[in-house]
Parts: sequence; C-alpha cells; structure tokens
Amino acid sequence: MYKPPRIFGIYAEPNGARWILAALPFVILVAGYAVTSEMMHAATPDEKLFPTFGQMANTMWRLATETNKGAGQILLWTDTVASLGRLLCGVYIAAAIGLVLGVNMAMFPGFRATFAPFITFLSIIPPLALISILLIALGVGEVSKVTLIFFGTVFVITRDIYLATLAIPIEQTVKALTLGATQLGVVYRVILPQIIPRLLSAVRLALGSAWLFLIAAEMIAASDGLGYRISLARRLQNMDVIYPYVLWITLLGFMLDTILRRLTSWLYPWYTSDNSKS
Amino acid sequence: MVLDNIDLSVPPRDLTAIVGPSGCGKSTLLRIVLGQDTPLAGEVFVYGDPVMRPDLSRGIVYQNYSLLPHLTVLQNVLAGDRLRHSVFWRTTGEYRAKRDEAMQFLKKAGIAEHAHKYPAQLSGGQSQRVAIVQTLFQRPKIVLMDEPFSALDPSTRENMQLWLLELWREYQLTVFFVTHDLEEACFLGTRLVALSPYYTDDRGDDPRVMRGSKVVMDVPIRHAGRISPPSVKETAAFGEMIEHVRRNAFDPTHRQHVERFELLYQYSWHTLTADESHPKT
Repeated sequence: MYKPPRIFGIYAEPNGARWILAALPFVILVAGYAVTSEMMHAATPDEKLFPTFGQMANTMWRLATETNKGAGQILLWTDTVASLGRLLCGVYIAAAIGLVLGVNMAMFPGFRATFAPFITFLSIIPPLALISILLIALGVGEVSKVTLIFFGTVFVITRDIYLATLAIPIEQTVKALTLGATQLGVVYRVILPQIIPRLLSAVRLALGSAWLFLIAAEMIAASDGLGYRISLARRLQNMDVIYPYVLWITLLGFMLDTILRRLTSWLYPWYTSDNSKS
Repeated sequence: MVLDNIDLSVPPRDLTAIVGPSGCGKSTLLRIVLGQDTPLAGEVFVYGDPVMRPDLSRGIVYQNYSLLPHLTVLQNVLAGDRLRHSVFWRTTGEYRAKRDEAMQFLKKAGIAEHAHKYPAQLSGGQSQRVAIVQTLFQRPKIVLMDEPFSALDPSTRENMQLWLLELWREYQLTVFFVTHDLEEACFLGTRLVALSPYYTDDRGDDPRVMRGSKVVMDVPIRHAGRISPPSVKETAAFGEMIEHVRRNAFDPTHRQHVERFELLYQYSWHTLTADESHPKT
C-alpha cells in the first residue's frame, strides 16, 4: 500500500505529526533561552539581561497577586484593564467611523468626491508623528492615547470597507431597486448588513497596528498600562518584567483575534460558509 | 456603438427570447430596459409610462448574484416586501401573512425544505429557482431574464425551462429572456428576436461606419399559451429553424441587407435612420 511521506516533499501529509511540528519552533526557542540564561547565571550570579524562568515566574506572581505599596493596586490587572480600555475604545470608534465613511464613499459618488481625496491625504500622515501634537493639544490623559489609536486605524478600516463595498456586484443594488427598495434602503439595508462581517475582519487586521500605537503612546506619556510598565522596567533593566509582559500582550492580542473570529462565524454564518466555498 | 437604432415592443403575456452572437449587445439591451445602463439616446416605456432607473415595474433574474447572500431563502423571497416597509414591519400580522404566502410559493417551487438555508448553501438550480420565486413574488409587470439557466447542467436546465413555461402560463407572465443558446430561445420563446452586428445597409462598407447591432430577425415561434414538450427539440422543423437563425444572425460572412430583414412578427416594426435610407454621397 502507498504511504505518503510524513514531512518532506509536496505530497507530505503531516496529519498526527502536525502538533509536534507546530510545537517544535516553540520548544527550541524556550529550551535555547533556558540554556542561555542558566549559563549566564552560572558565570555572573546577578545577571539581569537573561532572567531565569523561575525569576520571571516569581516576579509575575508578585505583579499579578500582590497589591503594590506605592500604587495601592495589583499592577498587572490595573495595567491590563487600562491598556485594553484604551485599545478597544480607539478601535471601536475607528470601526464605527470607518464603516460609515467606507460604505458611503463607495455608494454615493458625491460623498466620494468630497471625502476620498481628503481621507487619502490624512491616511498618508504617519500617526506616530502626531504623538507630540496630540499630547500638547489633548493633554497627557486618556483622550490623546485613544485619539492616536483611532487615527492609526481608522483609515485602514475605511479603505478596507470602501473596497469591500465596491466589490459587491452592482447586480445586488439593481436587484434591490427592482424589489422596491429606496436608494437609502439599498445602502443601509442591503449593502451595510453584508459589510458588517467584513468590518470585523478589518478590525482584526487593524488590531495589530492598534497595539503598536497603544504601546508607543503609553511609553511616552502614561502612568499605567502595559506599555508604561515595560518602559519603566526598561529604565530599571528589569528584564524579568519585560519578557512576561511582552508574552502577555501577545496572548491578549491572540485572544482578541480569536474572539472576533468566533464572533464572525457565530453571528454571520452565511459569511463563513461563503468563504469556505471559495 | 453597441446597439444601433433598436425599436422593439413586447406585448403583454409574450415570452420574447433575444438571441445573438456573443458581444452583440443582448445583455446591454436588457440592462437598458432594466435601467441599469442608460442609452445615449432613446427611451423605455412600460405600459406607456417612461421608466428610467430600476424599479418595481421590471423584475430581473440574473445568471448570478440575484440573491442577497446575507439573507436566507425565505428572507430573500420576502426581501422586497421588507425593504418597502419599515424595520418594524416584521412584527405585524401582515408580515406573517406574507411569510405564509412565500412559504406556499416555495413549496410549489419544490424548495420549501431549503427555506432557511443561505444562498451559498444552494446548488445552481436551487439558487435560480429561488431567484425566480423572489422576482415573481413582487408581481412585476415584465420579468427580465439575463441568461438565467446558462450556468446549469443540461438536465437541470431542461427542468428549469419547463418550470419557467409552467409559471409563464399559470401567472400569464410577460417575459423578456436573453440567451446565447439558440435551442433554448427556440424552445422557450413565443417570439424570437435576433440581434446581430452582421448586416449591411446603405451606409456602404467603409469600416469607419460604426455599425451597432440591429434586430435582424423577429419571428413568432408558437401560439402563446401552448407549451411544447422537450421532444420538439428532436424534430426536423426545430432544427431547420435553428439553422435559419444561425445563418441570418450568427454568421459573420452572411450579411443580410437592412431592407430585407425578416421581421415576420405581427407587432414588430423597424425604422431606418435618415443616414441609412438616404446615404450621403
């Protein structure tokens, strides 16, 4: 009987070995780090650059369970809540405005003629270059950070929604009109509902850059948040804080992405089945 | 120029089949009637009223994309009624009555068991059945069909053709059916209109003469109301008719002269522009 190769060649069928293969790079990374940190500590006992896993676990346990004396709060959770709040707030506003702009730009030529050049202009501004302006104009509070995240993601979302709306066949519009829909009915009751799942995938993509702007803003002006904690730890060379925090941010990003993906297939079964078919 | 001086009227309860070689402008003509495209000149009338943009008076069944992908089959059939009412209409008794009516229609079309599926989950034939139900449910004055069965496999296609004929007779539909398939046109139509860019006229042979497609043939096929069994496709007369249309409309080397076009249909009439009847010297 023919047995396909496990790993090598274009006919490979990894099947059961899939999980082992997927775990391999992670195992190598973790093992490599563990060996390196042990060796460094053997050479210099107060080594700070490569904390051992034990040190990191201790620090994180302290940050996640003990109330900080200065702040009077449990730092990890305060930071997480503050950061997620800013992130979701900025992205939520960006999604709402991007949806409205994108759909209307695609459907109404007059709207497009008015706003498309302006939005193209704004979208070319590097958002990070605006940090100083935002901090001076809006202060060091929450508004400036949320605005930066909003500004960094709204144009990507707008453009994605705009293109997705343009890609809906004109036949759908004509069909709806022959069914007696009004112009506004076509745009907001036929086109818009079809675009919402697309908005969710646009948000999933935009979350990557949203994290970037969040961390950048928190490193420059904040008194809490995951990015603030990392920049503080950098000044004190507390690598045992930085590594776990980076990992925690990655995990949060992964969780948000998974939630949005599940939400899409749960709320919009037609969208998922449509995708899996093509 | 795609279409040249088309003058065509469709009497009620006719099933007019439009054929022509690919790229001759059949679909353009349909889109103009529908209001999806705007002609450079000319007008479209439905029962004497000029119409412009797509509206309730003309229903459309496309080859694809007729169904709204985010609605179930039942919701698609009800889409027209829902779009004409506010979002709260769904809570009224009127809605429930409509919904039962739609379910009855779907049952008659043999697709009631798929009522709660989404379009992406349907086969090609099922989608087109739903699309036709969706269109007829609004009772349009004229039903436009743009190659509705062209993507279906032959046996499904024949079923759909027979089903369309049944619907046509039962609801006394006025249908404007565009297809590139001569056999389908000759089988379904009560009237066959052939559009073609292959003809000559008094404007001479200069390639700079922009000759759009014209109606080069317009013939009655059978008496309205009589449905032929599919076996008619095997008969010699049917074959001859197809050959005849193919020669006069599809053959680029055989060009009829404008004045000799075969327009036997009782309602057809055709006019020449001043250019054509009085060529410039």
